[in-house]
Amino acid sequence: MTAETTENPAGPPGKAADAPSPRALARRRRRASAARFWKEYRAHRAGLFGLAALTLFVLVALTAPLTVGSDVDSVTDAPGQPLESPSGRFPLGTDQFGRDLLGLLVWGSRVSLLVGLLAAALSVAIGAVIGITAGHFRGWYATVMMRITDWFLVMPTLVLAIVLATVMSRSLGTIVLAIGVTTWPTTARLVRAQTLAVESRPYIERARALGGGHWHVMSRHVLPNVMPLVLAQTTLIISSAILAEATLAFLGLGDPTVVSWGGLLQDAREAGSVSSGDWWYLVPPGVGIAVVALAFTLCGRAVEAVLNPRLGVSR
Amino acid sequence: MSSATDSAPLAAPGAPVAKRPAGASRGRGGGGYPRYVAGRLAGAAVSLFAVLVTSFFLFRLIPGDPVKFMTGGRPVSAEQLDVYREEFGLDLPLWQQFTDYCVKALSGDLGTSYQFHAPVVDKIVEALPNTLLLTGTAFVIYTALGAFLGTRSAWRHGGLGDRLNTGLALTLYSIPSFWLGLLLIIVLSVGVDPIPGLFPTGGMESGGEQGFAHVLDVAHHLVLPVVTLVAVEYGQTLLVTRSALLDEMGSDYLTTARAKGLRDDLVRRRHAVPNALLPTVTLVFVNLGRTVAGVILVETVFSWPGLGGLFYQALSVPDLPLVQGLFFVFAAAVILMNTLADLLYPLLDPRVGR
Repeated sequence: MTAETTENPAGPPGKAADAPSPRALARRRRRASAARFWKEYRAHRAGLFGLAALTLFVLVALTAPLTVGSDVDSVTDAPGQPLESPSGRFPLGTDQFGRDLLGLLVWGSRVSLLVGLLAAALSVAIGAVIGITAGHFRGWYATVMMRITDWFLVMPTLVLAIVLATVMSRSLGTIVLAIGVTTWPTTARLVRAQTLAVESRPYIERARALGGGHWHVMSRHVLPNVMPLVLAQTTLIISSAILAEATLAFLGLGDPTVVSWGGLLQDAREAGSVSSGDWWYLVPPGVGIAVVALAFTLCGRAVEAVLNPRLGVSR
Repeated sequence: MSSATDSAPLAAPGAPVAKRPAGASRGRGGGGYPRYVAGRLAGAAVSLFAVLVTSFFLFRLIPGDPVKFMTGGRPVSAEQLDVYREEFGLDLPLWQQFTDYCVKALSGDLGTSYQFHAPVVDKIVEALPNTLLLTGTAFVIYTALGAFLGTRSAWRHGGLGDRLNTGLALTLYSIPSFWLGLLLIIVLSVGVDPIPGLFPTGGMESGGEQGFAHVLDVAHHLVLPVVTLVAVEYGQTLLVTRSALLDEMGSDYLTTARAKGLRDDLVRRRHAVPNALLPTVTLVFVNLGRTVAGVILVETVFSWPGLGGLFYQALSVPDLPLVQGLFFVFAAAVILMNTLADLLYPLLDPRVGR
């Protein structure tokens, strides 16, 4: 999906007579570019570290029902005494209800990752659709869309998300929506710029001359070319979405019925762990947030560096 | 946003990658600079009005009767509720409330706080200097630190120093600001065994001191919030400065400068850095606007009596006029700073805008 594809995405037009079918060709080309991408990605050690950390966290989150069980957040039959320090039985101590903090931490990773992924997917989807259409259809549509984008761009994102989360009901959906709706403008701008660059290439003119409609041009020619950019952007947005989720939960705007890392921090603060110096209650959820956010950032930068070596961001 | 949160959070503030300012190239076309300025200012005015409209309608969406919030659940007679409604103009039709709101906002009246029964503008004016003190101090430090370390990093890029610098910046950038704040309070204010509490846990002054002692006291309270803000914010400046300078470093004029026999140090300070700082300037202004809004968490954690702390208080009631007014102030700060950056950019970089 790198240079090769962008330069010649439609394939060599003439010499297909005795060659394999276009689909097989496309598949082979895609496999080759994926292999090339991986080879270059491997050279970025920070990116590899990020990837390893992510794999670990995703595995922990996915296997949580087996390792800690879904009743870990039940307040009524908590296994320990309130606010126990770390011990052999509870490696990270217990919270104010006597629940096992290690279990809550593992369980909370599910919500943090899920909200981060969904919010980033929503944000990037909005950004990509607006960016591609604004770049494809010029004229008043593009003007209006870019005005809206600019307007969202100047709004203080956190404040807007807080306000949205306050206005709507307390649920995970609200958080995803609040983050997704406030973070898309950067993606829209990037994608629009890339769309304009792609659409000025001759092969788009060729596609039009052959009778390709708007949908065909956007989905078969523009989209594959902006995909790498969108991918890198997604990875970077996930890490801010995870931080945003923690922030909203910490401000008490999260869903009170689910356990998340931000929610654990809020619980810790409300249980008075700051004034009593119970650092063991506060440290683990924050470390979780920071490591996952960092891992996504590292991956995103590595992807960006592979796709756009001129940026020179990584290394 | 905030650091994540503020910083990132939401904001995060997006990708820590240098981009040429989008607005900078739009100044082209006849008319020259005055016309460009007029266009930017008109754009800013439109944005401000849009914010005003949004803040009005967004907060009407909050479910529940605002009058009930005002009385805090105390049993109140229906007549009393009606009196409240009339006092805050809530008995009027929505469009009339809106026109009243706009007219009043233009004359500098943002309504009356439900919670404090005082004009919103007074509460904001009261808290503004405290926020400016906190964000201003942090802003100067993290910009200088980020630019300095970013320059170092880019000049010797790939080296051990660069890798440590970038790694640390990225790590701190991923940390939620409120969490770092809480940890600092535990370790340095409350005190963990061997370390005694060195700093106050929150607030802005202990009260009682006069004159110079008072200044020292405020500075003492300022240390931890500023450290928190600097830690989560300097990374972005560092990364942008670094990649801007890296972009510049392949340029021919640097080779020429070296060929003239200039010392490495001079090549960096006189030739490379001034050019590389251009993209950073935009970021600096955007940051300044963002920091005012992003300070909500840090102020809440450190009970700093500023706009962010006020926003948090207003939110928990919810005190609509106050939230509305603060939302407007935060958005206005960002719009103002973006406009300022747009206006300055063509003056700093002759290649664009003229």
